[in-house]
Amino acid sequence: MLGLNKKDTSLMIVVIILTMFAPFILNPFPVDSAMAQFNAGYPDLMQRFVIFGIFAIGFNILFGLTGYLSFGHAAFLGIGSYSVVWMYKLLDYNVIYGLPLAVLTAGIFAVAIGYVSLRRSGIYFSILTLAFAQMSFNLAYSVLTPITNGETGLQVYNNDPQVLLGANEATSPHLFGIVMNNSFKLDVGAWQFTFNNGYYFCALVMLLVFYLSIRIFRSPFGLMLRAVKSNQNRLSYTGLNPRPYTLAAFVISGMYAGLAGGLMASMDPLAGAERMQWTASGEVVLMTILGGTGTLIGPVLGAGFIKYFENIFSKINDTILHQWFSFLPDGLEDAVVFIIHPFIGKGWHLTLGILFMLVVIFLPGGLVEGGQRIGKWIKSRGKSEDSDSGATTEPAE
Amino acid sequence: MSKSTMTRRGVLKTGAVAGAGVALPTIFTASSAAAYTNEPTGGSVTLGFNVPQTGPYADEGADELRAYELAVEHLNGGGDGGMMNTFSSKELQGNGILGKKVEFVTGDTQTKSDAARASAKSMIEKDGAVMITGGSSSGVAIAVQGLCQEAGVIFMAGLTHSNDTTGKDKKANGFRHFFNGYMSGAALAPVLKNLYGTDRNAYHLTADYTWGWTQEESIAAATEALGWNTVNKVRTPLAATDFSSYIAPVLNSGADVLVLNHYGGNMVNSLTNAVQFGLREKIVNGKQFEIVVPLYSRLMAKGAGENVKGIHGSTNWHWSLQDDASKAFVKSFGTKYGFPPSQAAHTVYCQTLLYADACQRAGTFNPCGVAEALEGYEFDGLGNGKTLYRAEDHQCFKDVLVVRGKENPTSEFDLLEVVEVTPAAQVTYAPDHPMFAGGELGSCNPGA
Repeated sequence: MLGLNKKDTSLMIVVIILTMFAPFILNPFPVDSAMAQFNAGYPDLMQRFVIFGIFAIGFNILFGLTGYLSFGHAAFLGIGSYSVVWMYKLLDYNVIYGLPLAVLTAGIFAVAIGYVSLRRSGIYFSILTLAFAQMSFNLAYSVLTPITNGETGLQVYNNDPQVLLGANEATSPHLFGIVMNNSFKLDVGAWQFTFNNGYYFCALVMLLVFYLSIRIFRSPFGLMLRAVKSNQNRLSYTGLNPRPYTLAAFVISGMYAGLAGGLMASMDPLAGAERMQWTASGEVVLMTILGGTGTLIGPVLGAGFIKYFENIFSKINDTILHQWFSFLPDGLEDAVVFIIHPFIGKGWHLTLGILFMLVVIFLPGGLVEGGQRIGKWIKSRGKSEDSDSGATTEPAE
Repeated sequence: MSKSTMTRRGVLKTGAVAGAGVALPTIFTASSAAAYTNEPTGGSVTLGFNVPQTGPYADEGADELRAYELAVEHLNGGGDGGMMNTFSSKELQGNGILGKKVEFVTGDTQTKSDAARASAKSMIEKDGAVMITGGSSSGVAIAVQGLCQEAGVIFMAGLTHSNDTTGKDKKANGFRHFFNGYMSGAALAPVLKNLYGTDRNAYHLTADYTWGWTQEESIAAATEALGWNTVNKVRTPLAATDFSSYIAPVLNSGADVLVLNHYGGNMVNSLTNAVQFGLREKIVNGKQFEIVVPLYSRLMAKGAGENVKGIHGSTNWHWSLQDDASKAFVKSFGTKYGFPPSQAAHTVYCQTLLYADACQRAGTFNPCGVAEALEGYEFDGLGNGKTLYRAEDHQCFKDVLVVRGKENPTSEFDLLEVVEVTPAAQVTYAPDHPMFAGGELGSCNPGA
């Protein structure tokens, strides 16, 4: 279907189902239960899942296919956000103007940064991109304050031009009148599900770019990028210049990042310089590796995993822990809370770090490999007699 | 090229299942149109406490959280009631707010606008918070205030000292109890004049964000009005931890006063660096070199240790004040935590009480009703004397304290002494003062 083979079609359908039914899937616990703490189905976090999913999908096109590890992708994220907020300030709150501009500006910056950085490979490439990103961050943070509003972050003021703003137009981001912040709440028994316009807008964009990424992965161009990864020298000896291919991949993934940044500003009309900091660049590397480098769905899973920890675990505090363990005797309760304390609240980084180490050590292929292993284990349990059925040799690609 | 395995039967089946799935839940829908965002319907009301638990202002954040918990305890009728007993308004009964038990959720702002907004959003969208309060950085406070305006909840600003919070970036749903850069300048100037004379050369080191900029502007304007000359203004990144490279040029600049527009961990480090470089022993232009820290707190004084002795600055409140309200607050905070509260703790405690009281007086949690109750409200008995919540910009006007690092502290908490209490009239400015111009409150937004 749509130029995809059977396997990719089913993957695409699974992703469509997951994103469309996310408000149900992410809210498995009733509102008033103690487990409601772990519900992730509120608009802000769902939006983050898909936006960072887009960011990671784009990053994976560069890192997963060509093996070039960029440590500066957050710069494009920030550039996308600033573009969109500037469109709010100059035109109006319709995101239709800002998003294409975000992709375009990020693309232009990616051409410039990529052209210089791609002269080197390996660690030198990583350092160059990191340097460019930090330069962008510092420019946004202090030097270019008139454009970026520095640390306060760029936001829309009442006295901004907004030349296209109509009399009855919404005063928060919208798409032709569909206001991003608006949600429809559905009460089913003890459960509550939230369907948010902004989330579904982001989700549709993500499905689109996910489809695009599948096509890139399966295209001759994608094959060429894999060739760059496996042996660049050999590619040069066959008379092919790998540079245009890597630059194209860099620009595409930069545009993905710009789109993600633009969407962030479409959900929340503010752009801050922290978005460009190196920690943000490192985060997308973690997401991709955690989910599974070079796989299609991996980066999206990784993005969801990290954002879940950041938003859910960081909000558990001691009071909540005491509630959970109140069934224990007093002394024991305090002891258990004392032991868990460093891993929750502001200690969520620690928990994430441990999980990241475990994944990298035991599942080098990321969460996707974990899923595959479980799948295989279930399959082999189902038909343990004819064990050699899975050993059929696949034709080399 | 497409290889589809779809069959007519398959499509029908899937369609039927999906249709049933979509139709089913609508049977249970009881879409009650709420009058405003997160209208509390049960027996409790949720407040969101959004403070920095990591980053340069983490100490202040931790103290704010303690004060919030204390305030919630008092509102729900626990503890000794603290300043509820001295507060001029007697509406609060100790049975929660409007009879609803007060519950709270906490979040980490990481002293970053993005993280703070994400955390505040999750409180509003997930936990149903009807009011957000906190922030130990003006950048964060302004960002979250903007968010609350959009979402239609009240924002009670915590420790934010930038002129912009109730100036250029003021919002109808945002309220600030804390004082600001202009007030610091107005309060400090006469004291500095008496101490250091009118012929001085000042060098500013400034945290590079909205608070630093506006405080620098305010202090420079106030001291230049005395006849001082401003030699240089240098911006330092908020995340900086070593200021040696910024201090060295001060020595050769010909300046004889160093103004540190730094707060929290920044100030602790920059002051320590300055003292290590021997600035305080230097004689420049025939005058003793002096350091001024316009915004001071006990937590900073504690962090900087010996170095704060004899250094002047201004503060919103200090635990050694002897009025009944301050004594009551210090007593109940001290009983619970074993040490006196900081000014950050004081301001957020006041904000929580003021919010609760406004709801009680308005008879609703509706942001518009609450805002109306707070606007132009005069109160007393919260440790700062008579205070006015001005309607034009949602800023509190009250006395400002000028303090000095104590030479002979008697305990580890007795680090600052109050030099002067500057009356509110002296620090009051017109709402359209140039340093505060350029913004509009807009109209209150109840959301939903």
